[in-house]
Amino acid sequence: MAKNINIKIDGITVSVPEGTTILEAARQLNIQIPTLCYHEDLCIAGNCRVCVVELKGARTLPASCAMPVSEGMDVLTNTLKVRTARKHIIELLLSEHNAQCTTCYKNGKCELQDLASEYKISNGETFIDLVPSKNYQIDSYSPSIIKDDSKCIRCQRCVRTCEELQHVSALGVAYKGDKMKISTFFENPMFEVVCTNCGQCVNRCPTGALIERNYIDQVWDAIYDENTHVVVQTAPAVRVALGEDLGIETGEIVTGKMVTALKRLGFNSVLDTDFTADLTIIEEGNELLTRLKRALVDKDPSVRLPMATSCSPGWIKFIEHTYPEYLDNLSTCKSPQQMFGALAKTYYAQKRKIDPAKIISVSIMPCTAKKFEADRPEMRSSGYKDVDFVLTTRELAVMIKQAGLDFGKLPESDFDSIMGQSTGAAVIFGATGGVMEAALRTAYEVVTGREVPFDDLNITPVRGMDGVREAAVTISGTKPEWSFLEGATLKTVVAHGLVNAKKVMDSVRDGKADYHFIEIMACPGGCLGGGGQPVPTNKEIREKRAKAIYQEDAGKPIRKSHENPEIIGIYAEFLKEPLGHKSHELLHTHYKARQRY
Amino acid sequence: MPEIKDLVKGLADTHGRTRESLIPILQGVITHENYISDEAMTEIARELDISAAQVYGTATFYSFLDTQPRGKYVIRVCKTITCAMKGKNLIIQELEDLLKVKLGETTPNRKFSLLETNCLGWCHKGPAMLINDEAYTELTPEKVREIINEYIKK
Amino acid sequence: MSYTQLKRVDLIFDTEATTKDILQTAWSKTNEQIVNELLESGLKGRGGAGFPTAMKWKFTSEQAEKERYVICNADEGEPGTFKDREILFKVPQKVFGGMAVCAKVIGATQGFVYLRGEYRFLLKELQKQLDDFHAILKALSINFNITIIMGSGAYICGEESALFESMEGKRGEPRNKPPYPTIAGFRSKPTVINNVETLVYAFMITKHGAKKFKDLGTADSRGSKVFSISGDTPKAGIYELELGMTVDQFVEEFGDGDTKAVQVGGASGFCVPRKKFKDTIIGFEGVPTGGSMMLFNSSRSMYNVLHNYLEFFEEESCGQCTPCRVGCQQLIKGIEAVKKGEKHAVYLDQLMKLSQTMKITAKCGLGQSVANSFSSIVDNFKEEMIY
Repeated sequence: MAKNINIKIDGITVSVPEGTTILEAARQLNIQIPTLCYHEDLCIAGNCRVCVVELKGARTLPASCAMPVSEGMDVLTNTLKVRTARKHIIELLLSEHNAQCTTCYKNGKCELQDLASEYKISNGETFIDLVPSKNYQIDSYSPSIIKDDSKCIRCQRCVRTCEELQHVSALGVAYKGDKMKISTFFENPMFEVVCTNCGQCVNRCPTGALIERNYIDQVWDAIYDENTHVVVQTAPAVRVALGEDLGIETGEIVTGKMVTALKRLGFNSVLDTDFTADLTIIEEGNELLTRLKRALVDKDPSVRLPMATSCSPGWIKFIEHTYPEYLDNLSTCKSPQQMFGALAKTYYAQKRKIDPAKIISVSIMPCTAKKFEADRPEMRSSGYKDVDFVLTTRELAVMIKQAGLDFGKLPESDFDSIMGQSTGAAVIFGATGGVMEAALRTAYEVVTGREVPFDDLNITPVRGMDGVREAAVTISGTKPEWSFLEGATLKTVVAHGLVNAKKVMDSVRDGKADYHFIEIMACPGGCLGGGGQPVPTNKEIREKRAKAIYQEDAGKPIRKSHENPEIIGIYAEFLKEPLGHKSHELLHTHYKARQRY
Repeated sequence: MPEIKDLVKGLADTHGRTRESLIPILQGVITHENYISDEAMTEIARELDISAAQVYGTATFYSFLDTQPRGKYVIRVCKTITCAMKGKNLIIQELEDLLKVKLGETTPNRKFSLLETNCLGWCHKGPAMLINDEAYTELTPEKVREIINEYIKK
Repeated sequence: MSYTQLKRVDLIFDTEATTKDILQTAWSKTNEQIVNELLESGLKGRGGAGFPTAMKWKFTSEQAEKERYVICNADEGEPGTFKDREILFKVPQKVFGGMAVCAKVIGATQGFVYLRGEYRFLLKELQKQLDDFHAILKALSINFNITIIMGSGAYICGEESALFESMEGKRGEPRNKPPYPTIAGFRSKPTVINNVETLVYAFMITKHGAKKFKDLGTADSRGSKVFSISGDTPKAGIYELELGMTVDQFVEEFGDGDTKAVQVGGASGFCVPRKKFKDTIIGFEGVPTGGSMMLFNSSRSMYNVLHNYLEFFEEESCGQCTPCRVGCQQLIKGIEAVKKGEKHAVYLDQLMKLSQTMKITAKCGLGQSVANSFSSIVDNFKEEMIY
């Protein structure tokens, strides 16, 4: 056990474990020290220097985020010296920053703006505006992310995110001195490099330098257009986080209010991605069982195992760049968003007797990569663009505010039908491990006719926030047609955050693992920690969202995808059978190898 | 392209494939190619299994690891204080006249690039310049003419 | 005052004893003896920061981690400094010898010389000398190896933690401190990093004992030092001089009769104006220097001098921390604006305050030291900044 260190901060004594930083110790005393480059999910940079404090006896003001406590330290966080220094630093950052706040997408959500306001930086005091001499570039080629160097304060949160959490390093630091900048390889557009569009950088950028490409106006236009029928789908993770942007406690489920809000915004039909999450389980579960059969019974050497999930578009782009030789291991299932899109302009259009050409399909996603996914050329199997516009959770929150809705006071309502019904298995898609758990609930039952042997259907080994989690399920008492699986142990692994995806894929590549089924989500915590979710994010927030998701699952009357009546209905009326002709046409896809660098 | 691939592979064989090998490999590319092209950086990223943005970020940090095409002979005139005091501008003017390029440019025949650089460590013998690795000091316009004429003959 | 008042010393460049002899002397002593001699001598780092060399060696030797390194910082980049080049050119074996003695004390088997890219022309000969040195070590059955690492043009890599980053194949960006190199340096292992000149002095102290060195200089600045002298002087060059002289004495010998200011310690050092020559001691009790001494006569514009320094810092800052990256840009744009009349002269006061903030908040010594030249030049030559 680490020993404790006694220090004084602003005259108050505190005892903290060795290795604690001054910043952390101060927070324990509820003394707020401003930060910019600091982020709980990332390693310490100590770059912005806005968190400097005075240390009695020291010549310089150390950055409190980077300074570990030592016995007898006497720290002062609010002296004239500290204030002057912080003010200077904020002024310096502003002088390099395109501070047209009123027209900035992040207006009101900018940490630099907050600090400027807190320290009452006024025009007269500021230094010379450096922006005109900078030749800053805006990269707006990507359908997901816009990078505006004129707003960048070089805190490198994005660089650390891309490296430490995602092992992508599409963004790096280039040049030095006054020319130092955050840059892709050779300053190419984000669209053309190895960026997975995961948006974790967007989620952590303190300013407007990295933002999602927003489609708010386009969606309003569609809503106001009387000749269109606008359907909206909402992803599982949105309902456990949307409230955070609308004044509701973290971890509170707002499904009913969200549905009401969407209806009040004017969407013609408010439907649920959870429906196609259930559908994914049927298709993907059958795909897995088919692959197992072909491998174990038919001894077909062309069958690729382990099979990997394909719901996370950030993960898809990652594997396309990084492990293209494993593309055939991916499930061919489209993500729930894209299944929904394809069905909205076919099945839904037929059932509701609406001309698919007039349907505008909108999705609300916790994700920026979904914007890219919707733009992929393969995603037009309905004959139209299957999903027209993807909005992040944050964009929906903006629209709700724009519409003047008092979200907290909205009544609850239910999703419309068809394609609005879902099970607990679909809800947990929003958390890391959820797809695995949902798939096991269905696959085990398909094979044995019995429920998975876990208390109350809760497959706890695949839950939690550890980066890589393995679980094995031994199958016994199989139905006759699945007897080849009798006694077999199904080996599964769950990973979230691409840095962990890499670990799993490397162990597969190096022959160190013999998994059958892999679930990977690009974002930490799974979709609930997606790049399109409300800011801020940290481990505690993600855990609260996860708790909410499992609560929602537990409260659902139906918790297994194959029991969803609408799912049973769509197979009876439209798809006919899992992995059938229609499914292949509408619900499955293929992938393409992309350049490694 | 294949030559660059072979060059990088050879350099990685010599220097290793860890992150510590990165700068020696970049230096090796400079020795052979005078600059580090995007192809070269991509190959280095592949050999070292690091991201291309990191290779680019590292290369652009160092003044001598040029990422833009340079001539066979890169002339770097010291612009720091004592060389400036001793007439560095005259030297640059002379070089611009001789090579018919402006500061920062490369001659059309890709033989010379003319650049400025920070302190070369010849402050007592300024003005000073480097041509590739070779240092030339106590420069005068006449001396510069002689030196460049020798290089033109090379 | 006359020429002879500055005491010339010949510890660095003397070639009396062979490397082998000195190594044998060193190996006849215990590590404790060597550290105590160094401590007794009062040797402080010759790169500019002036940390007692003995303490660096001692701290490193006391770490639990057994893999340790000794690194020679030959990334001499401070404007006006060129003495390490001369030392490496003339007495490279003494540099290697100092590293070997350090390695003995701290228990390292691997050493590195980080040589600045601008000195690549030294590499061939240096490598040859190193091969000879390795042969001597072999003859003496000393298990120690030195590798030369080349820099690629970045002043900031002279900052020790930036140098480690560079050696590790990364951008040369200074690290947060603590931890210090003695605990976590190159490859996060305990590391002694010493300037070229420091290593030679340490080697010579091992040969001569502490007294010869300690008897020179002053209480705070023991021994002698190699000076790089440039600018408006008829005697530009490299001189090993006893520490403790005043700027006045220095100018008496090296000035051109019209010296109006001396920049002590390079661009990151202090500018001493004529009126302060008499009262300013060159050393840790006055103005410290890594060896750079630049003289300016009355024909020079101190605005141009400062502008040149700031341009240097603006480009050579690593760019990661706000005070240094943006501060340097603001200082240079600021003095330009005042000079052009776009800003009132009182703006200089605001810039002075900014430089003080840089001094106390920048992440490393580079950003912290910009204020030295800025404030000493603006303070002493204000009219030149305005008119």
